[in-house]
Amino acid sequence: MSIVAPTQLEAPNTAPSAGFIARINRTAATRTLTAGLVLVVLLSITRVITGADDLTSSGTVGTTLRLAMPILLAGMAGLWAERVGVLNIGIEGMMILGTWFGAYGAWQFGPWVGLLLGLLGGALGGLIHAVATVRFNVDHVISGVAMNLFAFGAMRYLSEIVFTGEQGGGISQSPVQQAPIPRFNMPFLAGGQIGGWKSPDMLGWLEEKHWFLIGDVAGLARGLVYNLSWATVIALALVPLSTFVLWRSRFGLRLRSSGEAPDAAESLGVNVTRVRYFGLLISGAFAGLGGAYLSIVASSYYRQGQTAGRGFIGLATMIFGNWMPSGVLGGALLFGFSDALKLRRSDSLTALFLFITFVAGLLVVLSLYRRKAVSAVVAALAGVLFLIAYLTVEEVPESLTQATPYVITLIVLATASQRLRPPAHAGKPWRAGEGH
Amino acid sequence: MSTPAPLPIEHASKSLLGKITTPASNPGVKRSLVTLASSIVAVLIALVISGILLQVTGKDALTAYQKIIETGTQGDKLLEMLQRATPLMLSAVAVAIGFKMNLFNIGVEGQYLFAALIAAVVGAELSLPAPLHVAVILIVAMAAGAFWAGIAAVLKVKRGVNEVIATIMLNYIALSVIQWLFDSFFRDDSVSGLNVKTKLIPTSGWMPNMFDGRLNSMLIVALAVVFAYWVLVFKSRFGFRLRASGLNGVAARTAGISSNQMIVLAILISGAVAGLIAMPSVLGEIHAYGQGVPDGLGFAGIAVALLGRNHPAGIVLAAMLFGFLDSTAGALQLAKIPNSILDVIQAIIVLTVVIVNEAVTRSMNKRTANQTARELEGAAPTAATLPEAVTA
Amino acid sequence: MTASTNDDIAVELVGIEKRFPGVIANHDVSLRVRRGTIHAIVGENGAGKSTLMKTLYGMHQPEAGTITVNGAEQHFKSPGDAIAAGIGMVHQHFMLADNLTVLENIILGSEPVSRGLLKVDDARRRIQELAAASGTHVDLDAPVSELGVGQRQRVEILKVLYRGARVLILDEPTAVLVPQEVDELFSNLHRLVAEGATIIFISHKLDEVLAVSDEITVIRKGTTVTTVLPADVDRVQLGELMVGSELPSPEGRESTVGTTVRLRVTGLTVPKPGQRNPVEDVTFEVHEAEVVGIAGVEGNGQFELCEAILGLTPIAAGTIELAGEDVTHATTRHRKAAGVSYIPFDRHREGLMLDSPLWENALLGREHEEKFTTGPFIDAGAAKADCRDVIDRFNVLTPSENVPAFALSGGNQQKLLVGRELSNDPHILLAAHPTRGVDIGAQAAIWGELRHARDQGLAVLLISADLDELIGLSDTILVMYDGRITARLDPATATPALLGSYMTGGTQETSQETVA
Repeated sequence: MSIVAPTQLEAPNTAPSAGFIARINRTAATRTLTAGLVLVVLLSITRVITGADDLTSSGTVGTTLRLAMPILLAGMAGLWAERVGVLNIGIEGMMILGTWFGAYGAWQFGPWVGLLLGLLGGALGGLIHAVATVRFNVDHVISGVAMNLFAFGAMRYLSEIVFTGEQGGGISQSPVQQAPIPRFNMPFLAGGQIGGWKSPDMLGWLEEKHWFLIGDVAGLARGLVYNLSWATVIALALVPLSTFVLWRSRFGLRLRSSGEAPDAAESLGVNVTRVRYFGLLISGAFAGLGGAYLSIVASSYYRQGQTAGRGFIGLATMIFGNWMPSGVLGGALLFGFSDALKLRRSDSLTALFLFITFVAGLLVVLSLYRRKAVSAVVAALAGVLFLIAYLTVEEVPESLTQATPYVITLIVLATASQRLRPPAHAGKPWRAGEGH
Repeated sequence: MSTPAPLPIEHASKSLLGKITTPASNPGVKRSLVTLASSIVAVLIALVISGILLQVTGKDALTAYQKIIETGTQGDKLLEMLQRATPLMLSAVAVAIGFKMNLFNIGVEGQYLFAALIAAVVGAELSLPAPLHVAVILIVAMAAGAFWAGIAAVLKVKRGVNEVIATIMLNYIALSVIQWLFDSFFRDDSVSGLNVKTKLIPTSGWMPNMFDGRLNSMLIVALAVVFAYWVLVFKSRFGFRLRASGLNGVAARTAGISSNQMIVLAILISGAVAGLIAMPSVLGEIHAYGQGVPDGLGFAGIAVALLGRNHPAGIVLAAMLFGFLDSTAGALQLAKIPNSILDVIQAIIVLTVVIVNEAVTRSMNKRTANQTARELEGAAPTAATLPEAVTA
Repeated sequence: MTASTNDDIAVELVGIEKRFPGVIANHDVSLRVRRGTIHAIVGENGAGKSTLMKTLYGMHQPEAGTITVNGAEQHFKSPGDAIAAGIGMVHQHFMLADNLTVLENIILGSEPVSRGLLKVDDARRRIQELAAASGTHVDLDAPVSELGVGQRQRVEILKVLYRGARVLILDEPTAVLVPQEVDELFSNLHRLVAEGATIIFISHKLDEVLAVSDEITVIRKGTTVTTVLPADVDRVQLGELMVGSELPSPEGRESTVGTTVRLRVTGLTVPKPGQRNPVEDVTFEVHEAEVVGIAGVEGNGQFELCEAILGLTPIAAGTIELAGEDVTHATTRHRKAAGVSYIPFDRHREGLMLDSPLWENALLGREHEEKFTTGPFIDAGAAKADCRDVIDRFNVLTPSENVPAFALSGGNQQKLLVGRELSNDPHILLAAHPTRGVDIGAQAAIWGELRHARDQGLAVLLISADLDELIGLSDTILVMYDGRITARLDPATATPALLGSYMTGGTQETSQETVA
């Protein structure tokens, strides 16, 4: 069900040099576009059949974005760490730091300072992880586990000292912030204001008509430009920015080389230790920003357990996205989308089963066309299963849908591991000066 | 330097070599002592760092530590310490079995919670004579823990999925599955109110308490498990193969030890031990699965195993230290010191222990290598004159 | 050569001494390399060639002596300093990042940038110029993971040239190459020298050295012995200079090869995903009390052959019989129990648990034997006693059986391994480079033990890069080239020169089609 979109999303970035990119880009771009179009058509058909208007509503897209951003940022945190050669199991803990410092900053100084403080809090976590793993060569997993334990305990401790006694605050939560991060609507497309004049909401009007395909495209597009938080814009912008830095700059090349072959990099004069410090600081900053997003944008206060395992979903997303920024974005949107549907109306989720059935059908046709009997059979089986699920299941138990990202990740790891390209040296012990 | 006849050399140095072996230098014993000392130093460093943290946030570190020692050493607190140490020992053993084979079972958390639910449900359905009933529940718990861990084992052996990622994912999947099973099938709806749980286990399936209910006899089971861990891993042929696979997987495989078999067995045993972790509360306290089954013990077990250096005695001592710290939580709170500082101390201990041990092991290895070289130069002059392999 | 002026000297080393704990790796090493020449450094395994080159490349600092490059004395603190002085090193084990492209690998560390961003087009132009000048061609946009060994080496050379190196150190560059690639490499080197570069070429393959170099410095037991011109020596003389007096070749003896077949390999083919089969249709037998030697340049399928016989790698076709039993599908443990022992190619990777005490190392793979167990438990006392026997018998220099294996020198680790693999009275021994990295005395001792065991009936499959070892010990020599057995020779008539020619794919009277 999940294999289609992200593999195509990641394609543009696999080849780092300019000529190669240009060659790949054209085919990949057409492929991504075609695939996207086909998926929208299928979604549209599904919506018409099931009547689950939420499938393509602008509200769903908006919720998807809001839910996907913390996962996206956590996934990027994992990506930056592993690209530089260090596993980061401690993303969850760094996010906790982000939620706390973000909420504290937003409460005391306003939302923008909050975001910044959250980012710095996460970076502090990244620094600790770097000192342990890079300076002292501690096993990356152990350091990450310790980070999670530490962040949980330390933020609880700080809450008790800082928030207890304040209005609405306590040992497990912060006071509510006053001002949120501003949001905006795009003029003309989503009824944004221009100098006090409210422009028409053209996409909204189209969406309301629920015409086949047109209404759906309008809904999806409006979700991207309506009631959008600037924090979301920033988070989304960090994806292409990461790609650019990692593949076009000297820093990025050195960073990736530290994750692929630190001995080679060191032998060429790259200061792997320093590069790894930077990579982990950036990783922590991403995680902290993700945490701050949770406590400032997605809600308006810090709460113990607010991250709810998103650091680990981020790790899953990173794997799912094949260690590519665009892939991580795809994974985060997918996981965010299933969450959003669930949040809005549970019958949308069963509609999704029908959609998956269609996708599986398409895959069967494609596999037969490419003469791949096995994948055709697998796709057909999946299609039948999801069709049965659509016809029989009235409501999906919420407890089980929560496991979706984790199950998908295990399936991806178990079935598509040959196609995964993790940084060759990620997680392996390494010490400066012992390469040869 | 041509040596057409090899035999004379062989015999010439034979007698000399016999004398080099000095019985006093048993590197094993010395290493254990150094390890113990370095662990103590690491804990002290962690306490200093935590103390600074306390001080910076406006709390008096000395008062806090005084309070911890004062309350922790009272008689009934010692029982509480043992009570709290019980699940930690089990959890640490579960983790340590994996460590010994270079496998990182982060999934102990999910395994023991899953096992707790299954064991509680099965236990409630059975009616058996007391000791047998308890035994069956324990076995079911172990089987359930092993089952959940086994998923990661199959994924690793059959599909090459890294066990760290797999067990992390399985932790969260376990939480979902437990929630679903509990809500859909096993919740005891006859009990109203907030304190939802599964059907009660009949008294024949309870694990007896000792000392007026302040210490559950699961401690004895836990100690037995630690002992079994020692025998199995450090004394048995199976354990030798396990450790060999962990120390050098390729060499072990080359020597005829099936790595897949060892991976599966190690993970299954680890999961089985994990299955026992929640039994002190399920069989000794709640007598069901529900609110009150503690979470987070799987991660605490990682900390205890690391502090205990995967050694049975070390694990017992480390579990007692953590249990000791935990038992002082109430008293700290009363003294207006947030008891969450205990979580912080424990987390910092994990980091300082691994850092100190890493450093100590490295310097000790260097010293051993140098010392060995020196001993050979000193004791066997004829040997030293032989041309040695020169490149390191 | 002493007549040459200082202006001609690219690199001069005087009185270099380098110690490691317990050993002196280099002492009183002196070397003069003239500009624009290919200067070979030859010596046995472990003679100190690599140590010397690491010193020259700044990877460690010598205890005494001076390094002079282009007339200026240098004190290299790191490879960076050496690079700055125009010295580049092509390591034997390539230092490349597989998932990065060729171009990225080449520019890494010396990237052309403007405001932090890579100037890819500039880099491409520059590399293409260098490639054209030296005649090395590679696809710059391909990820290194897709390249073959020869191409990877070209990337390494381009890396060094890209950094402006005028002195190139090549550490055993031909060890991993197939003959065509060797030819190509040599032609590249000649072009480089013609362009004014200086090449230091480390090798122990004397034919190559004689063919390609302008001057040859011989290094023996950590010190430089002499420098000669290739025209002045022949292969035998050079070999004697390298080893000291005459070669300590293991004496042959009357063949007492038995009639029972201990190991029979038939039509064995070993696959490798995405690559050519490393072992292709190999058939041979090893009899009781027979040593079958396998000659071949490393990487021609010897390793995979052993792995297949041990059941460590899946095979595509063929059968393997041990003492008449078909074990093609048996587990490794079963094969070991059937009497197969194995002295591995890489003792650290495949043989030892470095952090464990010697006695546990000596026990590995034998822990099932009755004498080491009491029920399901290990009898540590018995294991230690047995380890002491191995230590005594194989002259392992160690304070006790309780020291960890990493504390021993490589030679002593090897002796322990050989001891372990021989002490359970195997029927078949796969011995890969049994004397690699050990001193000459230990080498003789190991040879003695192998010969003794053979006399007792042991069947040995001997894989070695040491041709004299092969000729001296073997009853039959098979040449393995490109995954196939290409020749069968009688050691009584085989010479290193003949073997060398077969090993590099050459054909004498017997062409490669006629055997196998």
